Amino acid sequence: MDAICTEALTKSFRSNWPGKAPATVVRDLNLTVHREEVFGFLGPNGSGKTTTMKMILGLTQPTKGRVQLLGRPASEVNVRQQIGFLPEAPYFYTYLTAEEVLLFYGRLAGLSGPALNRRVEEMLEMVGLVEARRRQLGKFSKGMLQRVGLAQALIHDPTLVILDEPMSGLDPIGRKDVRDLIMRLRKQGKTVFFSTHIIPDVETLCDRVGIIAGGRLLACGRVDELVEGQTKTVEVVCDGLPENNLLPLNALASSIVQQNRQYMITLSQPERLEELLAAIKVRGGKLVSVTPHKGSLEELFMSSIRVEAKV
Amino acid sequence: MVIAFNTFRENLRDKILYNLLIFAALLMGASILLGALTINEQEKIIADMGLASINLIGVIIAIFVGIGLVSKEIERRTIYTILAKPISRSEFILGKYLGLVITLAVNLVIMFAVFVFTLWMTQVPITMVLVQAATLMMVEFLVVTATALFFSTFSTPTLSAALTLGLYFIGHLTSDLKALAERSSSEVKKVIMTALYYLCPNLELLNIKGQAVSGVSLAWSYQLSATLYGLFYASLLLVGAVAIFQKRDF
Repeated sequence: MDAICTEALTKSFRSNWPGKAPATVVRDLNLTVHREEVFGFLGPNGSGKTTTMKMILGLTQPTKGRVQLLGRPASEVNVRQQIGFLPEAPYFYTYLTAEEVLLFYGRLAGLSGPALNRRVEEMLEMVGLVEARRRQLGKFSKGMLQRVGLAQALIHDPTLVILDEPMSGLDPIGRKDVRDLIMRLRKQGKTVFFSTHIIPDVETLCDRVGIIAGGRLLACGRVDELVEGQTKTVEVVCDGLPENNLLPLNALASSIVQQNRQYMITLSQPERLEELLAAIKVRGGKLVSVTPHKGSLEELFMSSIRVEAKV
Repeated sequence: MVIAFNTFRENLRDKILYNLLIFAALLMGASILLGALTINEQEKIIADMGLASINLIGVIIAIFVGIGLVSKEIERRTIYTILAKPISRSEFILGKYLGLVITLAVNLVIMFAVFVFTLWMTQVPITMVLVQAATLMMVEFLVVTATALFFSTFSTPTLSAALTLGLYFIGHLTSDLKALAERSSSEVKKVIMTALYYLCPNLELLNIKGQAVSGVSLAWSYQLSATLYGLFYASLLLVGAVAIFQKRDF
């Protein structure tokens, strides 16, 4: 049984202008998040990440398609007993203190009595807000509010944690804290589904990744598997090539950059490396370095977005 | 209940009950002043002013806090984290409603106590019909709050306030609508007026302030049927509010 499973999930918004076609922000999204994995939902701003998350949580009704959470329809109220959610830039009742807000969310999740008090203590401890527990949230910084957000998402010890841009707007220390927390949740056997547009976060944390742009899921799988399919390149740096005799090299290289007397030649067909080296030698060039480059998630992300933009 | 309690707490921290101090000060001050000015009508004026102020303050709170019950949650985006927890949308709406109703009830009880104290101080007789008038006021608050909540589930706060105020005023003039319908020569006008008469709440049924001030007793059967009418109308509005809210996207 998967943690999240969407089938042909689609969301269109009707225009306020009569006769104008509806805007489709998510199209036929088929996404599966396995249990006990950290899944990164990567996409540029406005790609449909938040709308997808809202449909998964039942905050927005899909125009078409369906969502299953932990094997049950997402529309079931009780399934949310096992789900924790942190929205992007979360807001809370500013008139409540950190402790009161956690008591409130704990009660909403069905906790009460000593069990609730114990969880509130644990959460305040976990996010480092023990000292600020009696301060009203109106006086909290953005980073502190994010910590309250994480604490409320985890107050009822959910098995599936959904985080919308959990690192956005945080300073480096705050981002590291969130990364550490996600790692800790993974160790505890939780499923974490988080959206981001920051590629290194995905590379560091995720077991699997889904890339979304223009409302379509462009790629989905393990980071190493996705990168494996990417074009590898070789970077050759050489010295002493005559400036007027580069034409045959141009045919082999995908780019040639000159810096002082040196040339950096990028080869997008690594199997033609021998050919290139021979051509350099024939022209009296001196080899400085040969560096093979594996495909990166960033390249995959950028190429996926470029392909989507052309569609 | 968690939502209701939190809404009540929000109202307290928004200092809504501060109106009580203003009410108490005004009522006491006006009573002393009027006591010195008028001769025979003093009792009536104090009772009349007291009941009218209790009613006015309650209606203002019901409308202006009622229209923000849902819209503020959406605007502040607190709705995301609340509806992501295992509570249904109907529980959320009813909880918000109940929270404001508790605020209004507490407010009414305190204002009524101040009012009775003022009557006692000025030696005006305290009759049962005054209590009956206050309870029917509470029923009116239930209807007005449900109206504000209903409109706020699908329109902006400003529009909700305008619509609720409109319905409140029409609600006090429904008997005129019926009279207009009967007298009108145009069939279209007749149909519109009659439809409005049946659609709009008849809030005058819940207004027995004049009778209470005069000290004329009120039959309990009337009290019961007026209360049931108000509760029925508020329930209809709440069912409508829940139905609309169920379909909303956030």
